[in-house]
Amino acid sequence: MTEVEETLKRIQSHKGVIGTMVVNAEGIPIRTTLDNSTTVQYAGLLHQLTIKAKSTIRDIDPQNDLTFLRIRSKKHEIMVAPDKEYLLIVIQNPCE
Amino acid sequence: MAPKPPHKQSVSMGRGARKRDDDSGTEVGEGTDEWTQSKATVRPPDQLDLTDAELKEEFTRILTANNPHAPQNIVRYSFKEGTYKPIGFVNQMAVHFSQVGNLIPKDSDEGRRQHYRDELAAGSLESVKAVLSDAEILEEDEEPKEVEMEAGSQTELPPAEVAETVIEEELMTPKQPKERKLTNQFNFSDRASQTLNHPVRDRECQMEPPPRTNFSATANQSDDITKVSQAAKIVERMVNQNTYDDVAQDFKYYEDAADEYRDQEGTLLPLWKFQNDKAKRLAVTALCWNPKYNDLFAVGHGSYDFMKQSRGMLLLYSLKNPSFPEYIFSSESGIMCLDIHVDHPYLVAVGHYDGNVAIYNLKKPQAQPSFRSSPKSGKHTDPVWQVKWQKDDMDHNLNFFSVSSDGRIVSWTLVKSELVHTDVIKLKVEGSTTDVPEGLQLHTVGCGTAFDFHKEIDYMFLVGTEEGKIYKCSKSYSSQFLDTYDAHNMAVDAVTWNPYHTKVFMSCSSDWTVKIWDHTIKTPMFIYDLNSAVGDVAWAPYSSTVFAAVTTDGKVHVFDLAINKYEAICNQPVVARKKTKITHVEFNPIYPIIIVGDDRGHITCLKLSPNLRKMPKEKKGQEVQKGPAVEIAKLDKLLNLVREVKIKT
Repeated sequence: MTEVEETLKRIQSHKGVIGTMVVNAEGIPIRTTLDNSTTVQYAGLLHQLTIKAKSTIRDIDPQNDLTFLRIRSKKHEIMVAPDKEYLLIVIQNPCE
Repeated sequence: MAPKPPHKQSVSMGRGARKRDDDSGTEVGEGTDEWTQSKATVRPPDQLDLTDAELKEEFTRILTANNPHAPQNIVRYSFKEGTYKPIGFVNQMAVHFSQVGNLIPKDSDEGRRQHYRDELAAGSLESVKAVLSDAEILEEDEEPKEVEMEAGSQTELPPAEVAETVIEEELMTPKQPKERKLTNQFNFSDRASQTLNHPVRDRECQMEPPPRTNFSATANQSDDITKVSQAAKIVERMVNQNTYDDVAQDFKYYEDAADEYRDQEGTLLPLWKFQNDKAKRLAVTALCWNPKYNDLFAVGHGSYDFMKQSRGMLLLYSLKNPSFPEYIFSSESGIMCLDIHVDHPYLVAVGHYDGNVAIYNLKKPQAQPSFRSSPKSGKHTDPVWQVKWQKDDMDHNLNFFSVSSDGRIVSWTLVKSELVHTDVIKLKVEGSTTDVPEGLQLHTVGCGTAFDFHKEIDYMFLVGTEEGKIYKCSKSYSSQFLDTYDAHNMAVDAVTWNPYHTKVFMSCSSDWTVKIWDHTIKTPMFIYDLNSAVGDVAWAPYSSTVFAAVTTDGKVHVFDLAINKYEAICNQPVVARKKTKITHVEFNPIYPIIIVGDDRGHITCLKLSPNLRKMPKEKKGQEVQKGPAVEIAKLDKLLNLVREVKIKT
């Protein structure tokens, strides 16, 4: 197994993590641990949000770039880490 | 017995001739007697002349059924007795003539069959005659009966010939249904019995179907999961931060408020615990913070047990990810010591139990060390107890020192990607060459267990040995020591120079003591007895008077000489399980945390409470001076007190 696979596996088995998914540049999920409908929903919505966030950061300072995005809600926390071509989304329940 | 020839006087053949006749068996019939009657008796010339008495003698002849040709002495071997034994009864039958005949008894199966067939044939012939006569009657009605009668007997042949084929055909057809078909030669019969057939019944059972989930995925040739590596690392840290959120908050912000009420004592707050499955059975043998990245530290795993030597591991952890190390390296021999280069924080020098030294390059992803010593290139013959990077030499080659129990202190230089070694010093045990005749000088080798280089005076360094002595050596002198200190009763486990004060160093040993020295004085300044073998000591980087010592009973002792010269200000058991020995301790250069490693392979990170980090109090009106000078002055003051006391006594 490559290192990345191992890292993803570790993330998935970490305490409180509900699901992980990898989405490509067009918003199509490539790899997911959740069911199909949820995945498609998350992928589509978070993809748009990430693009918006990225453009916001860039507008403020063109030299700057988005490293990651964290959305904490009542129920859980969604963490999005954009990469060159992909988007890694992890949903965790932190308070357990 | 041969029948007596008919009594006729004419025949006088004599008894001897009669005897002969017995064997030959030819008899003279009546007719021949009559024929020989006319002739006169002739007496053969060779006839026996017997007297009357002899003539009248009667000879008894017995007729038995014995076969004269049958053997009378057949013997057969008897296995029971192991000898040849004569058979009592011998077969007396003599076969004179035998012929295989083809007569079949009338009552046997075959005989009956044949008989039946014959009957059939006879019956058919008669039926032929009857049919024929009928046919002729039918065909030739005009012919008179007389002719038919005749035809019945004589002329049946020609019309028979004509109608033979017809008749034969007719014969055939009535024959077949009458004749029994013989399928094979053997008369056999089938015998069968059938039991009652039970009606067949189906019996089924069905469990609940197991739960099924749909798995769907799309695979694309251009999709490569490895490009997400950077993002994955970031996310892993985020996830960990969420899980250990309270610990991270403590690390950053928590200051023990209770310290105000505790006179002088301080506490250690446990933060993170680091452990890895692969290094579970291995003890922590070395700890080192990375000089550049303050959250990264290296852990060396191996075994102190002489009997149970196995592999070693080098792990690098970051405080940002307590669940999994950033780098993992595995080695065949246990790692005993390690050091990270100050200028090149990606170079880690390690020393192994088997005497080898190696350099790992963290920038390169390979699992093997970049450079390794070998028996050819002068590795140590005993475990390497300490390695330390030095400044680059004149040719800008990387350079580090190692000390080992084989008594050699070796300088390794990385010349064009090869490790070249130079013996700097061979430790000799002094005083062991007395009472030895001239010419024979035994040099017993001392075993080095720890060393430390002076912070400012480059060439000077201290070596601790197994015998408990500490030698002050110089890199330039290879055979002589600058100074010797009779430090301990058992092996010296660690020696460290004070980070601020250039004259002060500290040593610890398995003889339960920690001693603080001034290198110009042969006797220690301070001695502390800790009730258990001391594994390691370390000076705090922020103060010249604070240091920590760890013991094998699982306790961490923190001392501040400025506050309390005689006792520890913190005395805390740190390990979860009893009987776990703490092997090493290191202060973080920036943050107020220490890491302790134990012999189970676990590393615990602890936060120092404020009391342990006390800076000199500000005097009203005076500016607080910070910096090394202050620290040195602080320690000097203390030492002077001690020295004065000593001089007085």
